[in-house]
Parts: sequence; structure tokens; C-alpha cells
Amino acid sequence: MDTILYKVAHLDQVSDVQVLIHYRGPGGGSIMAGKVKWVTDIEKSVLINNFEKRGWIQVSDNEDWNFYWMSVQTIRSVFSVDTGYRLSDDQMVNHFPNHYELTRKDLMIKNIKRYRKEIEKEGSPLAEKDENGKYLHLDFVPVTFMLPADYNLFVEEFRKSPSSTWIMKPCGKAQGKGIFLINKLSQIKKWSRDSRTSTFMAASSGKEAYVISLYIDNPLLIGGKKFDLRLYVLVTTYRPLKCYMYKLGFCRFCTVKYTPSTSELDNMFVHLTNVAIQKHGDDYNHVHGGKWTVSNLRLYLESTRGKEVTNKLFDQIHWIMVQSLKAVAPVMNNDKHCFECYGYDIIIDDRLKPWLIEVNASPSLTSSTANDRILKYNLMNDTLNIVTPNGEIPDCRWNRSPPREALGNYQVLFDEEQAQSENAERDLRSRSGQSLGPRGTRANSVRPAPATWK
Amino acid sequence: MMDEGSELSVTIGQVVQRLKGTHLHSQLERQAKECLHRPEIKLECLKDDVRNFLKKSGWERKLQNAVYRELHVHLAVPPQHMKEPLAYMRKAQASWENRILKSLNSMCTELGVPLAHKRSAQEQKDLINKWNEMGTDEPDLSHFRPVYAPKDFLEVLIGLQNPNHDCRDRAGSRCHWGLIQVPLSVRGIQDMREAFPELGLMAGQLGVDDHTHVPPDLFETEHVRIGKRVVSEQDSAAAQQYSRQGCPTGLRADLWALILNSTNEPEDVMHYDQLKSAVIIHDLLVDNLIYKDVKLTASNDDYYFVFEDYLYQVLLCFSRDTAVLEHFSYNSATPPKSYIRGGQGKEDYAVVYPPNGVIPFHGFSMYVAPLCFLYNEPSRLYRVFREMYARYFFRLHSISSSSSGIVSLCLQFEKLLQTHLPQLFYHLREVGAQPLRIAFKWMVRAFSGYLATDQLLLLWDRILGYDSLEIVAVLAAAVFAFRAENLMEVMSLAAAEAVLADLSTLKVMPLLQIFLFATAT
Repeated sequence: MDTILYKVAHLDQVSDVQVLIHYRGPGGGSIMAGKVKWVTDIEKSVLINNFEKRGWIQVSDNEDWNFYWMSVQTIRSVFSVDTGYRLSDDQMVNHFPNHYELTRKDLMIKNIKRYRKEIEKEGSPLAEKDENGKYLHLDFVPVTFMLPADYNLFVEEFRKSPSSTWIMKPCGKAQGKGIFLINKLSQIKKWSRDSRTSTFMAASSGKEAYVISLYIDNPLLIGGKKFDLRLYVLVTTYRPLKCYMYKLGFCRFCTVKYTPSTSELDNMFVHLTNVAIQKHGDDYNHVHGGKWTVSNLRLYLESTRGKEVTNKLFDQIHWIMVQSLKAVAPVMNNDKHCFECYGYDIIIDDRLKPWLIEVNASPSLTSSTANDRILKYNLMNDTLNIVTPNGEIPDCRWNRSPPREALGNYQVLFDEEQAQSENAERDLRSRSGQSLGPRGTRANSVRPAPATWK
Repeated sequence: MMDEGSELSVTIGQVVQRLKGTHLHSQLERQAKECLHRPEIKLECLKDDVRNFLKKSGWERKLQNAVYRELHVHLAVPPQHMKEPLAYMRKAQASWENRILKSLNSMCTELGVPLAHKRSAQEQKDLINKWNEMGTDEPDLSHFRPVYAPKDFLEVLIGLQNPNHDCRDRAGSRCHWGLIQVPLSVRGIQDMREAFPELGLMAGQLGVDDHTHVPPDLFETEHVRIGKRVVSEQDSAAAQQYSRQGCPTGLRADLWALILNSTNEPEDVMHYDQLKSAVIIHDLLVDNLIYKDVKLTASNDDYYFVFEDYLYQVLLCFSRDTAVLEHFSYNSATPPKSYIRGGQGKEDYAVVYPPNGVIPFHGFSMYVAPLCFLYNEPSRLYRVFREMYARYFFRLHSISSSSSGIVSLCLQFEKLLQTHLPQLFYHLREVGAQPLRIAFKWMVRAFSGYLATDQLLLLWDRILGYDSLEIVAVLAAAVFAFRAENLMEVMSLAAAEAVLADLSTLKVMPLLQIFLFATAT
């Protein structure tokens, strides 16, 4: 009984937020400027409620629109050469044209590998390696190969540590579909035989390409259970890079106890934390949905491991997010009509090192629980507050520097423009012999200062 | 009446008696013997040298902490009143126990389940294998129901009467408007201010002064520094005093263990393992109650579901731990007895059931759940929980006149509310929403499961720091004060409950401070 009342009370908070926005709308200049016309091909209430509360008007996609929240399938046609629209200055969409450079597993890996090499060539201290030849700061994705392209490289790596477990994922699929684990070379040989006979065409066209990654077999366990982190990052421009981190992420827990034993390899519930997978498990709980807030994680880690290591972990998570974005920035089509809200999947190992697993272009807006609904409603609300300032008709030439009050639960993750001006200021000061003030020392104490993230 | 001197020597005698034969005693002896081989120990001043050695090597501090614990746990009240000084309280507790036991027995008969049975070899093996994932098991527990819920217990407390006290004339404004009708003396707000000086508006406070808008240099930095020092000094008394202003998250686990003098030595781990094997050998009826309770509470909780398996482990071991029986020397409750088959009613056949003497009720697992945030080692978690139970939590479900007992807390809550928010109290009473009917469940669980975990831990810091549960009643009243405006508008109990359904957004320390120190008296 308690839990139900509790949820109701929570939902009340949502309506508080909604009321607030409602007040803001008519008072500002939005009426004078006309109302935003929106389209979406994702019928999710957390999205639609947010549009409606702003007094925006729904139109169909063949009418004039200002704001289109679309699926990744639609973005492809919007920017395709044949069917493509010519977007005008008052139109915005929620994806970058070639977002897949970051959000396809194989391309992300390719871009990160290229980025590392570039940094190394520059002779940057970030490319520093340890005695085993591993990057000290840039080793944040598990060892990964493309299949079938990198098969020989994979075999070479596999033979170095034959007892390791690897995870196979189709490049273009999400929600845990088509994923399996292997720990013997014979398994992968069998897979390649099977897939060659059945879907050879698809494989050669690249659609059925797989990545194979070293499986993190020492994940941090809480209450004996494995989990991964889902965090949200908003990018408003890649060049210069401006990105924001959402404070209210969550941990997704496996409902089944984690045992690294190989006999459990077939039980996907043990290994995969996707809600889409876990929902089919017998133990799935519809009250909390196996989700734990990041603030719970922080409290637990600080209590059991101490404040310093916990801060370091979160600093590192922020660091790998920025690095992943910098890795794709040069190849990203930085279209001025675009912004994107990514879902980052991160696994923490038992030495409290975070690993970037993948980035999703269309993080699920389905709400599995009442709290989930509140979180996603607020996520959309805060996203819209940043990308459509004051809820007015967008102007894609906007300066992309929202005031601090407009950030909501977002915090600035990295602002290249600001970092450059700070760098310049620093140069100036050091030349004139002034010392650096206390500014910026707090967040940067562990990692190299953001200003040096190049 | 004893004079102070002789009372002291009695106390000393008792402490010495209790510490004799403990593991610490034998450790001290061994250390003293072994140090004789050391070059700095001289024969001519043997006594002083040994003493110095024990001091320098930290053993003296361990002894101090052990004495401190004894003083807290066992000698806070005169020995003749150890269990409960008031006869009508003792009687009420006894009849409540009878009811619980009857309900338990009838469940046994109805379901045809024995109170205990030995597991077969195969069952034992299975349990060993799934020890770390008992939550994945889904036995059919639909027939089991909690022996009682806080609601049932509240009815008993409402019915309490002091036969020597005339409580007619209930309409008068000086009369108590609440549900609790027994005359116990509880503190007024002025006394509270004197009892909780560290919560004053001028004192630094974790839960207030560590807010992001407050520069850490004002309080937090220094407080954390002192906290580290307290931990390194290993001084129980200092840790307790320190906790009154709140424990930093990163130091809390160590500080609480220190306050409780709860160790995690190899013999503690061994003891935990023994309890574990006791669980594996015998199946108890109460196991089903524990299982059901966890499923009904923690498993559905946004904060605690992650720790489901730890809760089973700790609570099952707890039910087998006969060391818990010790606390009945100062608990008004008496451990329930059952009879071995064939010996019904014969004293020789009587055994305490369950072995620890505690029958879990609906919500019991919430006493353990918050501690899972602090200790990820089951044996350490277990020790701290057991100590917390034997110091505080037992008082929340036994009928006594103790100032930390649930009866006093209820009365304290009602008196605070009646004195400081008479309009609100009167209104709620008129619409049939007696405040205690809402606040009772919070207090029985010391707010566990109602507050956000970080806030709950800040509250429990103060329980440990002041060695008292009174702060729980103050918080309950402060919550009503905080939502008073909305509560003045409700017209029914259900509506009042809805206003107070979600406490997870509350900030405990500001509420307490404002209620205690910024309210006009």
C-alpha cells in the first residue's frame, strides 16, 4: 500500500514541474514569436507531454515543422541525398546526420582507435603507456575487434589469454539482441560457418557485421549482483564541442546472481543488464525495475570505499565520455540543425575502473516504473530547455551557451570554447607571472585539467 | 539508597565480572605474558612497565572501549529495574507476547508446518549452493502471513492503562488529546534543547553545513579531519560524541563500528560461519516469515532491493544466534518458549524459540537494510546489526517505560505536537486522522524505508551519538510541522496519509533543527 501512495506522490511532482513550465510559456515572448510546431515518430508520453505543456502545436511531417524528434531510421532519410530535406534556420532535429560514427559499436571502436593514434603522433602526454604497452589514460574500451574483418587479429589476441571470455555483438542492433558469449575458438569458428552459409550476403554487405570484445569478467558487484550504468549526455555542437552530462543516471541490475563460471554462459540474464532482456527474467520487479539511482551508487561507494576513490571513479567516467566525443568530433557532420541526447553504457570493474561499453543514439523513452517515468520526463524537459531556449521557435544559429539556470539537472561536461579561452587566459597569466587562482582546481584535481583535453 | 562511592564500586565489580572470561580478557593476559620477553620490561618495575606496554600497544584503549560498551548496555539503569520497573507495563508486555505466540502456534497447526526440522542431506547441499542467491528462490509463501504488523501493535499501545491513574476528563484542554493514555514523563522542548545541544543552530552539522552552497572551509573540512583522527585513535567515547554532529559518509562505517565496539576479528567471522551452518542444518518456521518479510518490503524498495540476498543471510543467522538472548536481561520482553515434541508443558522440555528469542514482524528486515549501504562484508554487517538491535531496535517493539521505548516515543510525539501545533492536532483529531496513526509506522522502523537513505543515516548518526531513540519522535513531530499547511486542509485520515506518503524528499537535519531550536516556545 505504501509503495503505491509513494508513487502517486512522486507523480505529483511531475505535475508541479509541468505547471511551472505552463506559467513560463504565455508570459514570455513565445506567443509573439509564434508557437513551435512539432512532429515526432516516437509516440512516447514523456516526449509528447513535454511538447504539449509548452503549448507547442503538433503537425504532421509533411507540414511546416520547427522541431522533429525522430527515430534513427527517419534521420537517415532526412539527410539522404535523394529524399533529403533542405532544413531551414528555424528547424531542429534530435540527431546528427552521421551519429552512427559514435553509436555503432564497430565505428565507435574504429574512431577511438584512430583518435588514440593521432594523440600519440602529437606526442601528447595523454598517450602515455605503461610497461605492458597499454595506454594509461586512453584504455577505456574493452579490447575489441570487428568480425569477420579482424578475425586473424582476434585469434592472435585470443591465444594470448585462452581462458578469457569474449562477447559477440551485432554492430547495428540494440537492446541486447543477437548477443552471445564465447570462451573457445571452436565456438567462433562454428558461428562463422553457420552465418556464412545462411547470411553470407548480409555479412559481406556489412549489415551482419559483429564486434567481439573482451568480456569484463571482474565487474563490480553490489549485493552480489552485476550491474551497468546508464548515463545521459547531451551534445549541442561537435565543433566546438559542447556537451552536458545528466546528473540523474541509473544502474541497471541483473536479477540473477552473477557467477563467472562458464556453465552459466548460456544464461543471458546473468550477463546482460538491458531492461529489454531482464524484463523476460522471472525475477523482474515492476516496482523498481532493477534500477538504482546514481546517487545510491555514490552513497554506497563512498560508504564502503571512501570518498577519494569514489570521486576519482566519477571523474574518470566524465573523462571517458569527453574522450569518446572528441574521438568522433572530426568525422561528425556538425550540422547546425542538430543536437543529440546519448545514452552511455558503462561497466565498472572491481578495481573501480570504468569501461565504456557502447553509446546509444535513441536511449529508450519507455518508462518501466513510476520513477523511471519521472526521470525520463525530466530528462526531456531539461533537454528541451537547453536546445530550445524559452520554448521559443528554434534558431539554429543560436549561440549554444545556455545560462546556468536553464541547465536543470544537466551539468557542463565540456565546453571547448570556454576551455580555449581559459587556456588563453592561463597563457597570458603565466606569461605575466600571475599565479593561477583556486579556480578550476576542484574538479580537475585528479585528471588533467579539462583545458588540456584536446 | 546507596551513596555514590559504593554504587561506583558495585558498578566496577559488575563490569569486571562481565569482562572476565571474555576473549578480550584472555588476549590481554597473553599480551602481558608475551611482553615479558621484551627488553624494555624490567623486573624491578614490572607492573608499571607492563602497564605502559599495554597502553602503548593499544590494548588499554581496547579495554576502555569494552568497559564503555558495558556501561552503556548493561548499567544504564539500576539492576532491580533492568527489565521494566512498572508492573502494568510488564503485564501488558507478557499478554502481548502470549498473543504473538498463540498466533505463531496456530499458524503452525493450520499449515501443518513444524516449528523446526532438520534438513535432509540433499536440502542442506542445495541451501549451501544458493546461499548467495536465496532471492532467486520462489517458494510458495502465500499461506504465511506476518505474525503481526505495526498496526496491531499500535492497538495494544492505545489500550495501555495505568491502573493508578485516572484519565477521565479527556475533553479539557490540559488533557492529552492523543491516543496514548499512560502517564510517562517525557521531555518538553526546553529539556530537549538541553539534551541535544549539538543540534543547535550555532553548531556545525552534517546534513546542513555540507550542502554544496556552503563553503567546505566553514565546517566540513575540519569536521572530516577530526573524524579521521577519531577513527585512528580507536576511541569509542570520542566517536560517539563526534557522531552527534553527523558522520562523513566515507567514515561512517568505521565510526559506527567503533561506537558500538563491534569488531570483525577472526573469531567474529568464525562465529558468523557457525551461525550460517546452523541455518543450513535446521529449517525453522520463522525462516518463512523472514523470507516473506524481505519479499514484501526490501525487495520492492527502490533503495534496498539490491541487498535482498544480504538481508536473508543476516536475518537467518540472527534468528539462530543465542548471544542475542543476553539482551533480554534489560528488555521488558521475555523470549518465547516452545516445547520439544512429547514434552508439552514440562519445563525440562522447554526451549527458546526461535533460538535468539525474537519473532520477526512485518517490516523487521528494514532494521538491517540501511546498514547494507555501509558494510559489504556479511560478517561485519551482521555484527553491527546485532549490536544495533540489542541497543536500540528491540525497544521499538516491546512495551516498556524506557525513554527510548516505543510507548515513550509515541507519547513524546503526541505531546510535542499538541504543545506546538495545537491547531493542527485538533483539526486532525476532528477529521478522524489521529497523528499517531500515521507516525507510528515511521517510528517503529526508526524511519527506515521512509526517508532517503542518506537522510536516514544522518538520523541514525544522532541515535548513536545521543544513545537514545528520542530524536525519532522529534523528527516525526517535525515532519507534521513541515507539512502543517497541507495537513490543515485535509478532511480525512486517507487524505492526511496521502500528504505524508512520500518522505523521501525530506532533509532531516534542517527539519530537526528548526523544530527544536527555531520554534517559539
